[in-house]
Amino acid sequence: MGRAEYLTGKLGGLVLGSCQTAGGVFLLLGDTIRSMFRYKIRWDQLLEQMYFIGIRSQVVVLTTGAFTGAVFAAQVWFQFKRFGMESAIGPTVSIAMCRELGPVLCCLLLAGRVGAAMAAELSSMKITEQVDALRALGVYPVEYLVVPRFLALVLSAPILTAMALVTGIGCGYFVAVKIFGVDGAYYWDNTVKFTDRKDVLIALIKALIFGVIIATIACHKGMNCPPGTAGVGKTTTEAVVNASITLLVVNFFLTVLLNALLYSN
Amino acid sequence: MLKLQGIEKKLGGQAVLRGVNLQVGQGERVVVIGRSGCGKSVMLRIIMGLLPSDAGVVIFEGTKLTGLSEEDWNPYRRKIGMLFQGAALFDSLSVFENLAFPLREAGEKNEKVLGEKVAEALKIVSLSGTERKMPAELSGGMKKRAALARAIIRKPDLMLYDEPTTGLDPIVADSINRLILHLGEILGMASIVVTHDMVSARMVGDRIAYLHEGKIYFEGTPEQVDRCEDPLVRDFVRGHAEGTGVTG
Repeated sequence: MGRAEYLTGKLGGLVLGSCQTAGGVFLLLGDTIRSMFRYKIRWDQLLEQMYFIGIRSQVVVLTTGAFTGAVFAAQVWFQFKRFGMESAIGPTVSIAMCRELGPVLCCLLLAGRVGAAMAAELSSMKITEQVDALRALGVYPVEYLVVPRFLALVLSAPILTAMALVTGIGCGYFVAVKIFGVDGAYYWDNTVKFTDRKDVLIALIKALIFGVIIATIACHKGMNCPPGTAGVGKTTTEAVVNASITLLVVNFFLTVLLNALLYSN
Repeated sequence: MLKLQGIEKKLGGQAVLRGVNLQVGQGERVVVIGRSGCGKSVMLRIIMGLLPSDAGVVIFEGTKLTGLSEEDWNPYRRKIGMLFQGAALFDSLSVFENLAFPLREAGEKNEKVLGEKVAEALKIVSLSGTERKMPAELSGGMKKRAALARAIIRKPDLMLYDEPTTGLDPIVADSINRLILHLGEILGMASIVVTHDMVSARMVGDRIAYLHEGKIYFEGTPEQVDRCEDPLVRDFVRGHAEGTGVTG
């Protein structure tokens, strides 16, 4: 076989594999949404997952939000002071946090922390026959395992993102005003004046959609784990990588779409 | 009670089952033996609806189960219990919660009733007092017995055992075999036991079926299997590698 044929075959296999995975992810998403309405929500499971995803992720998300806001404010101050634009630092930090940095960084962290945990837990259950045991006991695994994780992440992601925004903007204020001596009144006035409610809405919509992406990809990977302990490691890595890349690609299209929809006038 | 007709299954392009026919009567214990990888566990998974068959039908208590959707399978799954090879206890739940799980799913909410039923099931498998333990704190034999208690807690009509004694020392394996016999007697349920442990097969089987190359090759009572002069059956039963294509 020639080199060209070999490469074509590899590429074809890669494309087919990606299409198959994407198809599986969309089918699981459809099944999850259908199961939400078909079966009763398991509140105990949902609350347990919300505790793990929402409460236990707070430290990492707040730290990320705080230092992102602080670093961004410092970088902007270094550039803007050369043009005497210090009063524009506030809205710049605030808009950047709302539209991009807040939702993207917060959800990338969630993909790493929560997506990995979901994929690892589900794949361990899969290879130790616990998923089959659920089915043997007459319980639909998507309803029992996927729906609570999906709902918990989709509800928690926007809340965590909102918290990251608040800490990021707050720390940006602290760095600019308290450390670099920018006028606090101007800073805050301009921040409120130029940060639109739509900017916050963009952050929350993005976080919600990223939550859907992370939960669906992680659960799909976990529920389709190949046999063996090596499969768990591979599945977990793939879940985090696939969710993170998908999140970044979708972020571009969401940015274009949401700007077109919300700022068309 | 259970009838398998012409069950076929391919896995990874390889034919694993090529037309399995098997019948299990009320209260009967059928042991399916065969070499590793011959499709015994696949057959159990098809009976339980965990894997779809490529051809053939599964008839349980007069109802054709083949082709049912996942949700339509569930009422029948509640009448069939299954002991998995690795026990498959939910490792995030205590022994009590594992055993109470099928009852809660069936709608039982009264904690007193749940406690009584769990205690009763644990007593049958000689695990009284382990309610609060987590599966990770149990030995292999205890895990199997706890899983067995979970499987029988809804008093199924048919029990499927996937390699119940594999990986257990002879004493614990014997206790599991006795338990299988005891459960059959007190609950009157039929069972299919998949194993390659001939001691277990002789002890618990009313009838033994030898699965070879995807089909039931030989079927008979334990005595008939022991007297069988067919080289394939004889070598398997006596544990000889000659004639099987497996030699050192």
